[in-house]
Amino acid sequence: MSALPTPAAPATGRARRLRENLVAYLFLSAGLICFALFAWYPIVRGVLLGFQQVTFAQPAEWVGLDNFRRLFDDPLFATAWRNTGYFTLLALVFGFAAPFVTAVVLNEVRRGQSYLRLTVYLPVMLPPIVTMLLWRWFYDPGPGLFNNVLGVLHLPAQQWLESEHLAMISLVLVSTWANMGTTTLIYLAALGGIPGELYEAAELDGASIRRRLWHVTIPQVRFILMITLLLQVIGTMQVFVEPFVLTGGGPNEATVTILLLLYRYAFVYNDFGLASAMSTLLFVVLGLFAGLYLRLTRTKD
Amino acid sequence: MDGITRRRALFISTALVASLATAACGGAPAPAGDKAGGVVTITVNGMPAATQAADRKDFEELVKQFEAAHPKIKIDAREGQMDPKTFAAKLAGGQLEDVYYVYFTDPAGLIQRKQGADITPYLADVPYLSDIRPELQKVFKDKAGKTYGLPTGNYSMGLVYNRELFRKAGLDPDKPPTTWEEVRAAAKKISALGEDTVGYADYSKNNQGGWHLTSWLYSMGGEVAAEENGKWKAAFDSDAGRKALQTLHDMRWTDRSMGTRQLLEIGDVQKMMGSGKLGMYMAGPDNIPTIVKQFERKYEEFGLAALPGTATLGGGDGFMFNPKATPEKIKAGLQWIQWKYLNPDREEENVTKFSGLGVPIGLPQPNLFAGAAQQKIQAVHAAHANVPQENYKPFVDRSPQVEVKVEPPNAQQLYTVLDGVMQSVLTKEDADIDTLLKDAAARADSILATVK
Repeated sequence: MSALPTPAAPATGRARRLRENLVAYLFLSAGLICFALFAWYPIVRGVLLGFQQVTFAQPAEWVGLDNFRRLFDDPLFATAWRNTGYFTLLALVFGFAAPFVTAVVLNEVRRGQSYLRLTVYLPVMLPPIVTMLLWRWFYDPGPGLFNNVLGVLHLPAQQWLESEHLAMISLVLVSTWANMGTTTLIYLAALGGIPGELYEAAELDGASIRRRLWHVTIPQVRFILMITLLLQVIGTMQVFVEPFVLTGGGPNEATVTILLLLYRYAFVYNDFGLASAMSTLLFVVLGLFAGLYLRLTRTKD
Repeated sequence: MDGITRRRALFISTALVASLATAACGGAPAPAGDKAGGVVTITVNGMPAATQAADRKDFEELVKQFEAAHPKIKIDAREGQMDPKTFAAKLAGGQLEDVYYVYFTDPAGLIQRKQGADITPYLADVPYLSDIRPELQKVFKDKAGKTYGLPTGNYSMGLVYNRELFRKAGLDPDKPPTTWEEVRAAAKKISALGEDTVGYADYSKNNQGGWHLTSWLYSMGGEVAAEENGKWKAAFDSDAGRKALQTLHDMRWTDRSMGTRQLLEIGDVQKMMGSGKLGMYMAGPDNIPTIVKQFERKYEEFGLAALPGTATLGGGDGFMFNPKATPEKIKAGLQWIQWKYLNPDREEENVTKFSGLGVPIGLPQPNLFAGAAQQKIQAVHAAHANVPQENYKPFVDRSPQVEVKVEPPNAQQLYTVLDGVMQSVLTKEDADIDTLLKDAAARADSILATVK
C-alpha cells in the first residue's frame, strides 16, 4: 500500500463523507426550509417593507428612509418609547421581585406545596382576554373590587385606569399577576438545585434567615436571575394586550406602547410601510438584548 | 415577572410580519369560473354570521331569488366586511371579495391607495342611481368625479334616550332636550336618581372618542378640518372646540352626570343603555334595534331626539369593488348591489315579509334616496311600521334644521388624536382645554398634510 495518497483520494473522501451525511442533510434541510419560510423570510420581508410604500393593489414603491422620517415626525413615536420604557421599568420593580419572593416563600413551605404551586401558576393558564376582563372589573371605578375594598377601609376610591398617573401602574399589576407563575416555577427549580449543605453550614455559623438569603440563596441563583431579567426586558418591551384591551392607549396616550402604536399604523391607518419601519427599529433594539442574552448563556456553558 | 410568557406578545408581532410577508408574496390566482358558459361568479361579503340564524336564512334566500332572476350571475357570499386588520393581506393574497362592504370612513383612503376599482363606466345601467342622495354618492367619488362604490346605508347622529328614566326624573319623554343646556339639565336630573344611574355617557377609546367629538364639534357650529388654498388644516382649535370640551368637562366634573367610569366605547355604552342605567347618549337610529335585540328590551322604552345645534355627523356604509375585478364581475356586482340594497321596487315585498319577523320597520334611517323614490319607500314603511313612530318624532321633526356633515379626511388618524383630547377632559378634572386643543391641532396638521 502506497503511503502517498493519490491526487484523487481527498476528493473521493469528501464525496464519500457527503454521501454518508446526505440523509442527515436531507433531514436538516426540511427544518431549515421551514425556518427560512416562516421565520427568516418574514423578517427580511418586514425590513424591506419598512423602506417601501405598499398598497398591495399596485407594485410596492421604494421610498428610502421616508417611513423612518415620518416615524420620527410623529410626536407619539417618542411617547410610545417613553411609555414602553416606563412599563419595562415598572415591570422590573413589581415583576422582578414578586416571583422571586414567592418562590423563596414557597420553597420554605413544606405542606401543600404542590397545591400552592398550582395556584401561583393558575393565572398563566387563563386566556389573556379572560384575565383582562377580570381585571377590568377589579379596576371598575364604580362597583369594582378594588374600590370596594378601599371603601371598606375608608380610603378614597381610585381612578385605576382613568388617571394618567395610575393607568400604567395598573397595567403592570395585571401583567405581573398574569405572568409571574412561569418565572416563579423557574426560580423554584433553581432554588431546589441549591445544595442543602450550604444552608446547614450557614446555620451552624449562626446566619439569620436574611443573611442566608443574601449570602447563599441569591449568589446561587444569580445566573437565573440575570437570564430572567433579560428575558423580561425583551418580553415587556413588547407589551400589547394589556393596553389594547384595558385602556386603548389612554388616558391621553399615557399607555400607548410601541406595539400598540405599531398596531395602529398597520391596522387602523393601513400604513404597512410605517408599521414595518417601526417593527424594524424594535427588532434592532430587542436584538441587542437578545445578543446580550446569548452571550451570557454561552459563557455559562 | 413576565419575561417568559410575554412571548405571546412576540407572537403577535411575528404574526404581523408573517402575515405581511405571505400577503406580499401571494399573487392573484386566475379567477376560476369567471365566465364558464357565460355565467359570471362573483364573491360578495356582507352576509350575516351563522350565529344570526334568521338574518342568515333571509340573506341566503335573497341570493337564491337574485340568481333565479339573473341566470347569468352566481353569487358566492361570504361573511364579514372591509376589516382593516385583514384587508391588505386579502387584497395581496387574491382573497379579497369582488364586492366588499365598507364604512364611510374607508372609501377616501381606499380610493387614494387605489384599492378599489373605478366603476364609473358601468354606472349608466344602474336603475335609480340618480335618486340616491348625492351627498352619499360623493363619499365614493374621487376629486376627478370618478365613482368607486355605492352607498347602501346611512345614519346621522342624534340622541338615544331612555323614556322610562326621563319619566322617573320628572322629564317629559315626548319633549327631549333640543339644546346642550337642556341636555345638561336633563342629565343632571337623571343622575340624581342614584343607584349608579348615569345621565349622559360618551365614548373616548379606540378612535370612537374622536368620532363623537367630531359630531360635538359639528353640533357647536365648528369643523374638524378645513381646506385652504388646496391644503387641509386642523380647524378644531376654535370656539366650537372649546365649547364642546367645556360642556363635556362640566357635565363630567361639575354636574357629575357622566358617571365615574370613562374610556368607554360603543359596546360599553350600549350595555349601560340596555341595562336601564343610562339616560342619554349620542347615536344613530340604528343603535336602537341593536340594544333591543342584544339586551332583550322593548322598542317602547327608547326615544330618539335630533342632536342639539346646527349640524351633526353622518356616516354609513356601502360597497366597493376589488381593483382586480374584471368588467364582467363589476357589472354583475352592480346588479347585485342595486337589486339587494338600492331597490325601491322590492321594498313593498321585503317589508311585508320582514315586518312580521321582528325586523324593525319604520326607523327614521337609512334614508338613501331623495325625491319620488324616497316617498315611495317611506309610504311603504309607514304602512307596515312595527316600531313606535311617535318615539322618533323629536328626531324626524327637527332633522331638517340639522345639517348632516360627513367625516373629515384621514378620519381615523384624526380620531386617534381627538381621542386623547376627549380622554383628557373626561379623566382629568384640571384638564387645560386651550393647551389640549393647541397640541392636538399641531398633530392633526401633520396628519392632514398627507391628504392628496
